[in-house]
Amino acid sequence: MSDFTVAQPRPLPARPTKFRRATEESPLTRVTLILLTVGGLALLVFAPLLVVFAEAMADGWATSVASLGNREAWSAIRLTLLITAMAVPMNAVFGIAAAWFITKFDFRGKAFLITLIDLPFSVSPVVAGLCLVLLFGANSMLGGWLVAHGYPIVFAVPGIVLATVFVTFPFVARELIPVMIEQGRTEEEAALTLGASGWRTFRTVTLPNIRWALLYGTLLCTARAMGEFGAVSVVSGKIRGQTATMPITIEMMYNEYLSVAAFSMAALLTALALITLTLKTVMELRLSDQLSATRRH
Amino acid sequence: MAMLSIVVLLPIGALLLQGAQFGLGNIWDTVNRERVWAALFLSFKLAFFAALFNLIFGVLLAWVLVRYRFPGKRLIDAAVDLPFALPTAVAGIALTALYAPNGVLGSLAAQIGWKIAYTQWGIFLALVFVGLPFVTRTVQPVVEEIETEVEEVSATLGASRFYTMRHVILPMLTPAALTGFALALARAVGEYGSVIFIAGNIPLKTEIAPLLIVIQLEEFNYDAAGAIGIAMLVISFAMLLSINLIQIFSRRRIGHV
Repeated sequence: MSDFTVAQPRPLPARPTKFRRATEESPLTRVTLILLTVGGLALLVFAPLLVVFAEAMADGWATSVASLGNREAWSAIRLTLLITAMAVPMNAVFGIAAAWFITKFDFRGKAFLITLIDLPFSVSPVVAGLCLVLLFGANSMLGGWLVAHGYPIVFAVPGIVLATVFVTFPFVARELIPVMIEQGRTEEEAALTLGASGWRTFRTVTLPNIRWALLYGTLLCTARAMGEFGAVSVVSGKIRGQTATMPITIEMMYNEYLSVAAFSMAALLTALALITLTLKTVMELRLSDQLSATRRH
Repeated sequence: MAMLSIVVLLPIGALLLQGAQFGLGNIWDTVNRERVWAALFLSFKLAFFAALFNLIFGVLLAWVLVRYRFPGKRLIDAAVDLPFALPTAVAGIALTALYAPNGVLGSLAAQIGWKIAYTQWGIFLALVFVGLPFVTRTVQPVVEEIETEVEEVSATLGASRFYTMRHVILPMLTPAALTGFALALARAVGEYGSVIFIAGNIPLKTEIAPLLIVIQLEEFNYDAAGAIGIAMLVISFAMLLSINLIQIFSRRRIGHV
């Protein structure tokens, strides 16, 4: 047993020279940019989100749940669900029809039609509501006739549905058109030459191909339909318990300084929005798989 | 197509018809008042600046989300879409509660003498919020498509990173960024729900054009409401048209990317 050890020459600390790739920014720039964007989003998006729930819980759980239980709040929730349930299927059907028409047929004025579909995006919701009031209001020709026959549109549920449909009009079609252009017409043409009827072709060939894009568009449409405020507030007349949707009720409660009640309902809508976002993120992954699958063909 | 015409064309036709009945001179008289001009000017000015902010911030955000890796990136990516999903009225009251003088961030700002809610800053903030996703979502796919070879070539030719960014990357992003800018601008001009809560709605100071339409409607003054609506439509179409022209011009200059 020897007491001494031979001092091994310690290997030099391996310090590979760090090369920065020419396609990257310096670490300092990267960190600054990340902090800048994340900080911006925190102030703009995350902080308001937290505030909604914090304000709703200001007087504890029980108070905020109770505030949703009264008749007025309840009728607003029911109305919003009803409107959404009516407007979204209408726009889904329309979106499919329009996308089908635009991508599977050639005709003149196609670009014009696409512009028309996008129109509701560039028109202020308030102006959209105004248009409906002018068209269907009690002192217009059409509106007067309808009111006289017992079908009031403005300041009633049909008007809110129309306003919601107008505002959420482009969502489904816009999601479908790129996917359907990508997929081309060959599969449908093959089905038709094999003797399938138009409807069967649609159901067994087209629909499975566009299923994720359709779901995605419908989801966006639903989120917007539940939260629509500008157009609806113009046509609804804000009659409590009758034509006040959830966003309208939030406004009324807020203006009456019923902060907890307003934020409780807002928290409910926010929760729905968060669910929508989660579903959307999941679906986006599926959709990108599907898109890359079609690109591989 | 029948539905398209019933739901979209008929109402807009009704607005134009109303305007035609009211007469061009009367429309001009309605719009040509101090309060209306102030509201229109405010709406378009703040919408422009908010869209400009979103243009810069959105391009940065798209770049960071595609190129960098950091913890929580997925969450950030999903959060960009929140302004699409969150009802505008909810956004409005949340931003107001946050940035009001007695709110969490508003009180901080008040200490340095910066009033946000109930001033034009508040409106700006709300408009930035609603327009946030547009630029990011249009630019993001383009950044994904950029091949790093292009940047490598630029670097081997002696360009600094900044030079590459400025002369190689940015021109590729310009058309998409402009599209996003136009969308954000259109959205911001017409925005109503999130703004009315935070604006304070003081005539001549923080009153936006859509609110003015609503006020006229509540007084059953359909002619005046229609006139302001038409003025808004005309100005926003003119703006979108000029953005499209800039876009065509920039595409032509840079070549089709």
